[in-house]
Amino acid sequence: MKMDTLMLQEPSLYTVKAVLILDNDGERLYAKYYDDTYPSVKEQKAFEKNIFSKTHRTDSEIALLEGLTVVYKSNIDLFFYVIGSSHENELMLMAVLNCLFDSLSQMLRKNVERRALLENMEGLFLAVDEIVDGGVILESDPQQVVHRVALRGEDVPYSEQTVTQVLQSAKEQIKWSLLR
Amino acid sequence: MIKKFDKKDEESGSGSNPFQHLEKSAVLQEARIFNETPINPRRCLHILTKIIYLLNQQTLRRMCYLTIKEMANISEDVIIVTSSLTKDMTGKEDVYRGPAIRALCRITDTTMLQAIERYMKQAIVDKVPSVSSSALVSSLHMVRMSYDVVKRWVNEAQEAASSDNIMVQYHALGLLYHLRKNDRLAVSKMLNKFTKSGLKSPFAYCMLIRIASKLLEETEGGHDSPLFDFIESCLRNKHEMVVYEAASAIVHMPNCTARELAPAVSVLQLFCSSPKAALRYAAVRTLNKVAMKHPSAVTACNLDLENLITDSNRSIATLAITTLLKTGSESSVDRLMKQISSFVSEISDEFKLISQLVMGGFEYKRAIVDCIISIIEENPDSKETGLAHLCEFIEDCEHTVLATKILHLLGKEGPRTPSPSKYIRFIFNRVVLESEAVRAAAVSALAKFGAQNDDLLPSVLVLMQRCMMDSDDEVRDRATFYMNVLQQKQKALNAAYVFNGLSVSVPGLEKSLHQYTLEPTEKPFDMKSVPLANTPITEQKTEFAPVATSKLPEKPGPTRQDIYQEQLAGIPEFQGLGPLFKSSEAVQLTEAETEYVVRCVKHTFARHMVFQFDCTNTLNDQLLQKVMVQMEPSEAYDVLHYVPAANLPYSQPGSCYSLVSLPEDDPTAVSCTFSCTLKYLVKDCDPNTGEPDDDGYDDEYVLEDLEVTVADHIQKVLKPNFAAAWDEVGDDFEKEETFALASVRTLEEAVGNIISFLGMQPCERSDKVPENKNSHILFLAGVFRGGHDVLVRSRLALADGVTMQVTVRSSDKTVVDIILASVG
Repeated sequence: MKMDTLMLQEPSLYTVKAVLILDNDGERLYAKYYDDTYPSVKEQKAFEKNIFSKTHRTDSEIALLEGLTVVYKSNIDLFFYVIGSSHENELMLMAVLNCLFDSLSQMLRKNVERRALLENMEGLFLAVDEIVDGGVILESDPQQVVHRVALRGEDVPYSEQTVTQVLQSAKEQIKWSLLR
Repeated sequence: MIKKFDKKDEESGSGSNPFQHLEKSAVLQEARIFNETPINPRRCLHILTKIIYLLNQQTLRRMCYLTIKEMANISEDVIIVTSSLTKDMTGKEDVYRGPAIRALCRITDTTMLQAIERYMKQAIVDKVPSVSSSALVSSLHMVRMSYDVVKRWVNEAQEAASSDNIMVQYHALGLLYHLRKNDRLAVSKMLNKFTKSGLKSPFAYCMLIRIASKLLEETEGGHDSPLFDFIESCLRNKHEMVVYEAASAIVHMPNCTARELAPAVSVLQLFCSSPKAALRYAAVRTLNKVAMKHPSAVTACNLDLENLITDSNRSIATLAITTLLKTGSESSVDRLMKQISSFVSEISDEFKLISQLVMGGFEYKRAIVDCIISIIEENPDSKETGLAHLCEFIEDCEHTVLATKILHLLGKEGPRTPSPSKYIRFIFNRVVLESEAVRAAAVSALAKFGAQNDDLLPSVLVLMQRCMMDSDDEVRDRATFYMNVLQQKQKALNAAYVFNGLSVSVPGLEKSLHQYTLEPTEKPFDMKSVPLANTPITEQKTEFAPVATSKLPEKPGPTRQDIYQEQLAGIPEFQGLGPLFKSSEAVQLTEAETEYVVRCVKHTFARHMVFQFDCTNTLNDQLLQKVMVQMEPSEAYDVLHYVPAANLPYSQPGSCYSLVSLPEDDPTAVSCTFSCTLKYLVKDCDPNTGEPDDDGYDDEYVLEDLEVTVADHIQKVLKPNFAAAWDEVGDDFEKEETFALASVRTLEEAVGNIISFLGMQPCERSDKVPENKNSHILFLAGVFRGGHDVLVRSRLALADGVTMQVTVRSSDKTVVDIILASVG
């Protein structure tokens, strides 16, 4: 009796295959793949091109493309995608997407568009890192994510110098160490 | 890996922002170092470490963690980093600890893991949720590498599972399951504990439901077990995610009764009208799966599903339609199929959906298959995708007719794809698994692969050998036959026997063979003496007709040619002519609305032609007798004999015949014009009674001239593989000439003219000229009277009129000359 699609998958915490952000020309701004469904950059780019062409005109949130569940959201000139296998709980993938979008929205002060994102790429990297780790959903609450990323500079301990001075001395030290 | 790192740093460093902050400039400086080629990972890591010590700027440190994780695969010099990371993970800054743990675990190996074991255990039970989560998830990643070490932390994980934080619960549960999944009893106990203790996390619930389903499936537990009750209770959970997961789990369970399905289905029904597309999609997808096994359970949702047909999300609409196809009534099927066809020409993904999910009756499947085939024909780019879908289709298909049709197509198109070997597996599986008819078709398809791809030939021969042991006669015969042909490794043989099949008419062949066995003779049986089959009109696209109108497949009846052969054989004067080679279409020799309506069918024999004149007398006050058509040839044709029609009363058609011999001494004189006159004895008769007078008078009536052209001497033959046939005929009698067609403006016109003039069959769909092309190659195939294969390759170029280079090959020299002379 051969296996068919109704056989249950092994329950697993690994639910996310990829997180992608494309601009409105379909060009990649950010891409993180958590498994080897698309091992080479060439295949990844081809996949991104495909899903972009199928999703950027409609505003439908969810589609089944290339045998994978794709949930997506767009805003002004950005397209956010979370990819999972077709066996995943679609609502879980939506939770990831919403968490990402809402966290970024807070971090960029509601200005979720390409220029603002490019200026805050490190925030994006850190945010995604807090939401999905190696394909496992790490956090689903945008407040928590924003808190952990905490870009807005809270206390800078270890020194009585002013912030600027600390940064300045750090910069100097780097320069010297690099020149060595 | 390194490139990615660069890009990230550059992106974070550059931006198009003129107001760069200080920390970004530092990173940018660094990035320049990393741009050196060849890059020195050791040095980079060294620098990174320095940065960690020197700087306490939050973002940068965190970026470092990230970059360390990214570089984990290539870094060798991890020890320094490890120690600093360990320091961080136990440090005071909570914000660093989680990421530090995750980074550390990325670069750690087994020995090092034991060194930090103590810290990991502490982290797992830490009160700070981010730390605990990070530790749990990292432990999960490390299970693959070092199961034994991680297994020792199971108690800590257990403790973490009782945390309040919803993510920690989820991660702890996940880790515990992964550690225990081979021990069914442990899993069972764990489930018991958690299902009772009421978790809060919706993610954890989803995980529990999946674990419970898996356990039920493995133990084939009955649906009265507490596990099932748990899943069922989740249908009432306050989180949609959990409700959906539960419904999905119930639906996927084997042996579910309709009663057990009902609550799940009603929940899904509710979701169908949700404003969230993801929920509608999830619901309709799951309902679709239910509909496959229990269509009656879904009927209640039909109204909601109908609303979804017009959903803006195409996937949802498609799924709704396919579900309704399973559960809807006959009348709605028509309408639904029309709706699918409106977007069927586009995305292949929906095809996959349709073909996977519509496991319905024969008609649906047949429509789908026809659809896919016509898409492949329309759009050559879609060929690979279409063939791949068809392959998957036949894996599940229990309809022999469809499977054989698909196998035939695979054999025809598969060898020409870039990687034909992948189709061989599908085909061979059919040989092993299916019924006799399908196995036989699979053997034929395999042979085509072997004939066309030399590197696949050895494998195909091996497979053929196995087929020779089949239990069915047909399969064994085919395998043996192909085996022998293929082993000869001659292209000509392959072309004749593997690719281009039987081109003669089957009833004709039967008759000829019968004749042969009756008359003992020394000569071997000559296939060329068998009349050819008329080319079936397979090149037409299959219309996507509504399914409901199709009935049983029609039985093939006798062809037109067979009928004529019978009729002519009944006339004693035509007995010795030999088999009928070709009959033309009827040609009108009179205008419409004339007194006598005459049309002519030209029958071509080996050395003669018989002209059949079907005459109708439209005058009700006349009776015609001894009707014949007198013919005056313009060339060297000789009229041998007339067979008149005895009586031609009002409006009853009758036929008269003229026998003409073809010129023996000038074989190239194939065309001729005959001036025709209808001659008869006319008797007036009473229009009411039809009683004729006793005597009449001779009269005649001039008809239009009758043309005999080269096309009348050629029978169309479709060669599915023109190139093979071209090679088979060989270039012994090849000739080539170039012509300028001044009066022709477009390539389509030129192509149409040649086809109709020569009367040969276009092959490889070369009768279709792609748009906006200035050049085209036309392939034509046919058989010339006498049984000689003739192939024409015509290169056309459009530039101020059409230029045409014609290459003709045949097994007979004269034929080649004739063709070229006709074109000129």
